[in-house]
Amino acid sequence: MSNTSLTPGVVPGRLAAEAYARNFADAAPRLGRHEAMVAADRCYFCFDAPCTTACPTSIDIPLFIRQIATGTPDAAAKTIFAQNIMGGMCARVCPTETLCEEACVREAAEGKPVEIGRLQRYATDGLMAQAGHPFTRAAATGKSVAVVGAGPAGLACAHRLAMKGHAVQVYDARPKPGGLNEYGLATYKTADDFAQAEVDWLLRIGGITLHQGVSLGREVALADLRASHDAVFLGVGLAGVNGLRVPGEDLKNVRNAVDFIAELRQAGDYSSLPVGRDVVVIGGGMTAVDAAVQARLLGAETVTIVYRRGQEKMSASGYEQNHATSSGVRIICNAAPVALHGTGAVTEVEFAHTVDEPGGLRLTDQTFRLAADQVFKAIGQSLVGAPEGLALQAGKIVVDAAGRTTLPGIWAGGDCATGGEDLTVTAVAQGRDAAEDIHASIS
Amino acid sequence: MANLASTFIGIKSPNPFWLASAPPTDKAYNVERAFEAGWGGVVWKTLGLDGPPVVNVSGPRYGAIWGADRRLLGLNNIELITDRPLQVNLDEIKAVKRKWRDRALVISLMVPCDEESWKGILARIEDTEADGVELNFGCPHGMAERGMGSAVGQVPEYIEMVTRWVKQHSRMPCIVKLTPNISDIRKPAEAAKRGGADAVSLINTINSITSVNLDDFAPEPMIDGKGTHGGYCGPAVKPIALNMVAEIARHPATRGLPISGIGGVSTWRDAAEFMALGAGNVQVCTAVMTYGFKIVSEMISGLSDYMDRKGFASVDDLVGRAVPNVTDWQFLNLNYVTKAQIDQTSCIKCGRCHIACEDTSHQAIAVSPERVFTVKDEDCVACNLCVDVCPVENCITMVPLAKGSVDPRTGRRVGDYGNWTTHPNNPSVAAE
Repeated sequence: MSNTSLTPGVVPGRLAAEAYARNFADAAPRLGRHEAMVAADRCYFCFDAPCTTACPTSIDIPLFIRQIATGTPDAAAKTIFAQNIMGGMCARVCPTETLCEEACVREAAEGKPVEIGRLQRYATDGLMAQAGHPFTRAAATGKSVAVVGAGPAGLACAHRLAMKGHAVQVYDARPKPGGLNEYGLATYKTADDFAQAEVDWLLRIGGITLHQGVSLGREVALADLRASHDAVFLGVGLAGVNGLRVPGEDLKNVRNAVDFIAELRQAGDYSSLPVGRDVVVIGGGMTAVDAAVQARLLGAETVTIVYRRGQEKMSASGYEQNHATSSGVRIICNAAPVALHGTGAVTEVEFAHTVDEPGGLRLTDQTFRLAADQVFKAIGQSLVGAPEGLALQAGKIVVDAAGRTTLPGIWAGGDCATGGEDLTVTAVAQGRDAAEDIHASIS
Repeated sequence: MANLASTFIGIKSPNPFWLASAPPTDKAYNVERAFEAGWGGVVWKTLGLDGPPVVNVSGPRYGAIWGADRRLLGLNNIELITDRPLQVNLDEIKAVKRKWRDRALVISLMVPCDEESWKGILARIEDTEADGVELNFGCPHGMAERGMGSAVGQVPEYIEMVTRWVKQHSRMPCIVKLTPNISDIRKPAEAAKRGGADAVSLINTINSITSVNLDDFAPEPMIDGKGTHGGYCGPAVKPIALNMVAEIARHPATRGLPISGIGGVSTWRDAAEFMALGAGNVQVCTAVMTYGFKIVSEMISGLSDYMDRKGFASVDDLVGRAVPNVTDWQFLNLNYVTKAQIDQTSCIKCGRCHIACEDTSHQAIAVSPERVFTVKDEDCVACNLCVDVCPVENCITMVPLAKGSVDPRTGRRVGDYGNWTTHPNNPSVAAE
């Protein structure tokens, strides 16, 4: 193909073949043994460690790092997996800079935390590459639990339940299991099909049956699941995407960022994916950053993230923002879209500058336009098709600390439920904790 | 730039940094490189009897322990004395000395424990114009099994006898190198002095096994499935060496006997510490085997800056300066009371002080829900463990209580100097 970054419109093949391989390779490869030893040596083995407190899954971080430092990385991996069965994925995608590594006392001491995330990956990758599974299933209990959604919450819940000896049926709407791990994360964070490898590894516990392509409310009803199982866990995520609600949203080449990200993850050949020359991403979270950076990696000439509030309010971490800007993405804050222009396909997005006032966000009269032949919407996802009878709050299923919904026998966790932070790691924590409560309830 | 010139038992060198008798000083090539780098002197690797050359193992001769970044903390070796022909060494020593007149060149010797052997070797080296001899009574491996090295150094009577022979058959200054593999370092030092030694040097290496191979179940370094104890050296042995140097420096029978300090000297600061405890100069080996000869540049600049800061006109101003402050436990002031104090602004809240004190000491550091760590003066015995485990330098300090103030732990006022010899709890005091 003869396209370049300067070719107008939304076209594939803007880069040379080798550039795609380089751009979508593992962004932060596994540490080598010596690198890990040196990184591990920096851990102070704190008392009541702040990093562990900051971890939504409460991994005993000083212990696993000491296990690495003493030459037993497999033991370190078991320490991690005991708390977080998706410790492998979390090592890759956790915003550690706002969790464990922010809490690390080395951050306070010298602005340079122990590389907890990379050490976690060092340990978990090592164990996952081996045959077998670190946990064994308890004797079958004869109990059956339905898990809806094979994302981080559902799979963490299923694994813990299976470990306790229950039979778990997992129903998932997508063709492949993994949820956002498989469809919703930037490709360079989860290179080499890690999400599927992780699911396969997790299933080695036994006792879990996956049913793909089964959607709650379509192929299966909640009432039937309640009738045929001893408990139900809902980890359905947020399938809906918020709209901009401005004129021109229907123009061609205006897309949901999550669809673009999913398409990238499923693409065998990145050069076949079309991308605009001038790309505008609207939103301020991880999804916006993942879409924007990957648009650049596909060869877009200009990529601009536009966020309606101030930079400090972006839910993408400082680390993510730096990653975006160092990838050539421009970030504009305090501007909201008022219209998308074009005939047939989008050509421009019109924004108004905003003022964040105590009463709310106010659009000013000052506007500007950005050239755009492709626009990605990344202003949040929403729960759709929540079963009747479940109490909702701010668009999420209300759960208590143990994951119980307002309906007896139904638990929920992950992005669809209240209490999390829409992170893989919080979803895992909620799924795990719900499983413990389910186990206590049905045993 | 301070004046670092050193005169040790009459031997002059431009600085007090010598290389110890060891692999780095086995031949002219190395020694000349050391002199080019700036080393003040060398003790040539130990010469033995003329005859069939010494045979070394051809498997690994060094073992080590490391910090996490492979920082070498301790080294052990099973290498023997020089395995090159005697005459080759003598010719090289003579040539090197002629070329480097301003540097100290001392020859280390080890021959069997009979007068003729010593007389013979001394005659052979007379012609080299070397500045002195060092008697290797220290090496703990290999040669000791043949009645030499530490086998001599462990018997004070032998030390005295051999030293006497050496002084009788040679006009050269004589340094006796001591083994630390004994129970009381003062005894061999006394013996060396009685025999007429001009100085002692210490420590030689310590008997050691650095590690065990947990798959082959043998000590490292492993030679065809077997291992043997080797001589331990490097930064890890420095505290042991410092104590032994101080013991000799303050012992009435050996006080004033010149000492060449050896044992884990790696930096200018290590050297200064040895000298403050009474060493007239220092000898270095492991540090150069780890980093090469260039480290002497740092040692020279570091000691010079320190001496300038202190206003020392010569290294002699430093030598022995700390000796009067080395004492026995019984003379320590039991009425000196300090309390740990945590500087909250530099505290990084790791909690190591708390858990160390809570689990293993006196439960004297409290932690608040906000992770503020504070010392409970009523429980603090001032053990210093919190200071030692704190990763932030000077975050925790020991603050002395003023005389007359009340120690909240004991309820007693801080009094004047008082030690164990007069303490009421001392049974021997009560008996009087």
